[in-house]
Amino acid sequence: MTRRLPTNFVIGGVLVALVVGTAALSLVWTPHNSTQMAISNKFAAPSSTYWLGTDQLGRDVVSQLMAGARNSMSVALIAVLMGGSIGVALGLMASAIGGWVEDGVMRLADLGFAFPALLFAIMLAAVFGPSLGNAVLAIAFINIPVFARVTRGAANQIWTLDYVSAARAAGMNRFAISRDHILPNIGAVIIVQATIEFAVAILAEAALSYLGLGAQPPAASWGRLLSEAQTLMYLAPQLAIYPGLCIVVAVLGFGLLGDGLRDMSEPRLRRER
Amino acid sequence: MPDLSRTLTITTLALSLGLGLSTASASADQIVIGLQQEPTSLDPTADATASINGMLTMNVYEALTIVAENGEVQPNLATGWEVSEDGLTYTFTLAEGVTFHDGSTFDSEDVLFSFNRAMAEDSVNPSKAKFATIDTVTAIDPLTVEITLSKQDAFFLFNMGQGDSIIVSEGSAETNATAPVGTGPFKFERWTRGDRLILVKNPDHREADNVALERVEFRFISDPAAATAAMMAEELDAFPGFPAPELLPQFEADPRFRVNIGSTEGEVILAMNNAKAPFDNIDVRRAVATAIDRDEIIDGAMYGQATPIGSFYPPHGTAYVDLTDAYPHDTDKAREMFAEAGVEGTTMTLRVPPFPYATRSAEIIQAQLSDAGIDARVENVEWGFWIDEVYSKKNYDMTIIAHTSPNDMGNFARGPDYFYGYDDPAFNDLWERIRTEADPEARDELLREGQRYLSDQAVHGFLFQLPLLGVFRTEVEGYWSSSPVVYMPLKGVSNGG
Repeated sequence: MTRRLPTNFVIGGVLVALVVGTAALSLVWTPHNSTQMAISNKFAAPSSTYWLGTDQLGRDVVSQLMAGARNSMSVALIAVLMGGSIGVALGLMASAIGGWVEDGVMRLADLGFAFPALLFAIMLAAVFGPSLGNAVLAIAFINIPVFARVTRGAANQIWTLDYVSAARAAGMNRFAISRDHILPNIGAVIIVQATIEFAVAILAEAALSYLGLGAQPPAASWGRLLSEAQTLMYLAPQLAIYPGLCIVVAVLGFGLLGDGLRDMSEPRLRRER
Repeated sequence: MPDLSRTLTITTLALSLGLGLSTASASADQIVIGLQQEPTSLDPTADATASINGMLTMNVYEALTIVAENGEVQPNLATGWEVSEDGLTYTFTLAEGVTFHDGSTFDSEDVLFSFNRAMAEDSVNPSKAKFATIDTVTAIDPLTVEITLSKQDAFFLFNMGQGDSIIVSEGSAETNATAPVGTGPFKFERWTRGDRLILVKNPDHREADNVALERVEFRFISDPAAATAAMMAEELDAFPGFPAPELLPQFEADPRFRVNIGSTEGEVILAMNNAKAPFDNIDVRRAVATAIDRDEIIDGAMYGQATPIGSFYPPHGTAYVDLTDAYPHDTDKAREMFAEAGVEGTTMTLRVPPFPYATRSAEIIQAQLSDAGIDARVENVEWGFWIDEVYSKKNYDMTIIAHTSPNDMGNFARGPDYFYGYDDPAFNDLWERIRTEADPEARDELLREGQRYLSDQAVHGFLFQLPLLGVFRTEVEGYWSSSPVVYMPLKGVSNGG
């Protein structure tokens, strides 16, 4: 009998597919050039040419939202990959070596947790000027301790298993064991975490761009669109609603997908709930 | 998802910090004023930030003269003056019984000290050039000061009524940057950085009986949306330099508020670093001037609320010449011009201070330059960073800034040390003639020549005159509707009652 897929996985999957699909599509096609201004045509109503109308500088809203999706996805992907690989490597190392190395990595992770991404982004912006690259770095940075902690916890469990003991007895060194036995067995945990961190990264990018610390004009970013639309709330509230909805859809999608994946990978946990 | 909520908390916190304001005073002798720009120092003799003058000059600090709303120079710390036949010697009579807020007495020694400090070799005065014509400053007696000039200076009395020529006391001059001490109708009480600055009435001031306000609070709100929210909630009584022109109709329609649209002395320019390639090449500068479309910028960034300028002189001035057609907007021609100058397709940075007029213009100019084949990278930077990197260190390609000082065409004669990086002997001579021309009509003619020259040299992209967009609660009275200077004396302002 095939098990039914968890609802959150299905809904999350559909939302994520929508966002990722839009982002991918925007690589090859958007209805208009997302940065092309036509100031005489500002605040145009939705039409067959401009499906959701135009913004305060006469740019096509749909094209901007699509470019924003691409921006969100690439930032999240790069940041999670960067932070994730460093974090996983640190976690594996901590678990494999143990002792003061493990303690040290975990205390550093605590420190990293205590350090808000926003503060780090502001610091980077102060030193190097605000840019999307710095925002990516800041988001990657907050991902390191998250992955380090999760990896170390999961890896420690595997280390206690018999086949690992057998490998050690056979004289395999700790790094080879980490690579060949530990990592493949904690892959599911890391993928679940990565999916959830994707949602966090999208939100963080939106927040940083909203505050002017992320994507710089003319690059489209949902957060930036939201902040630009703020003073236009009386004139054109839709300009704030659309990017807001996009952020909700993307964050919700990845969050649900992550939860769903966890439910599937840890059925025991699900039953206990 | 604990991490998600963590991020959310951070975001909410950041938002609420920006919007978290308590309510304004309801009583008639107090006023809460919103300001877009927070300075990094409170000493106008050391820092060119306009908001220092906006808050403190003629309120906390005073100068020998004061400029009225109509641009007329009136007595202030000097109750009167005599000018010699040759126009070179000014004898000022000082007000009697004036004390600084720290209790020390004001007399001719303070005038001497302030001028010597501003004119000194190591002076950091942002307008040092204004003092260049002064030959000697002599204290005849405690209430008389004689100033001799090496050349006639048409702007001398006007310049004596500016923030950079305030009279400070020797005992407090060094600490004015954080704890301003002056002779003005208001005393500095405290400055909470990032939040507010508070002044209280000086009961010992010679005009104290005519000052309606007991307490003045300035709140720093750089975000236009937060400014709107605070004004709408009547947490503020006045926002004299309102940053979001698109919202003015909203306030106009609301009976609780009065909207003022006036003029300022602020020429908004797309400044180019003339000392640096490619802007040391006049052809490149002219190409930039051809690439930009002022009407589009004014429409998009200012919602139509600004007058275009084609040179560096305010349209409401007596000597104004309309040069907005000097480089008609033509993208194709600009592209050719860039190509001929060999800069087609190059990347340059456009470092923009955090003022909506600048950030919004930047986005449009970026698009216009991009159409003409130039990749301008917009960098929105903090004000402190701008002052330091762009203004002081001249580390920029292009920037957008309003020059709100009056009679400031002399900026172009400030030589290679000024952030323009523009050093042109021909203009230096012309400015010298303008400055020393005593006859107003002859001077206006020279000012016209100056405008034409700067436009011809396309030193910068000249964009528009910054409007004075103010939103006030209807109870607030006495605010200037147009600003001939950078300050706004609050001694004539009241808040109903």
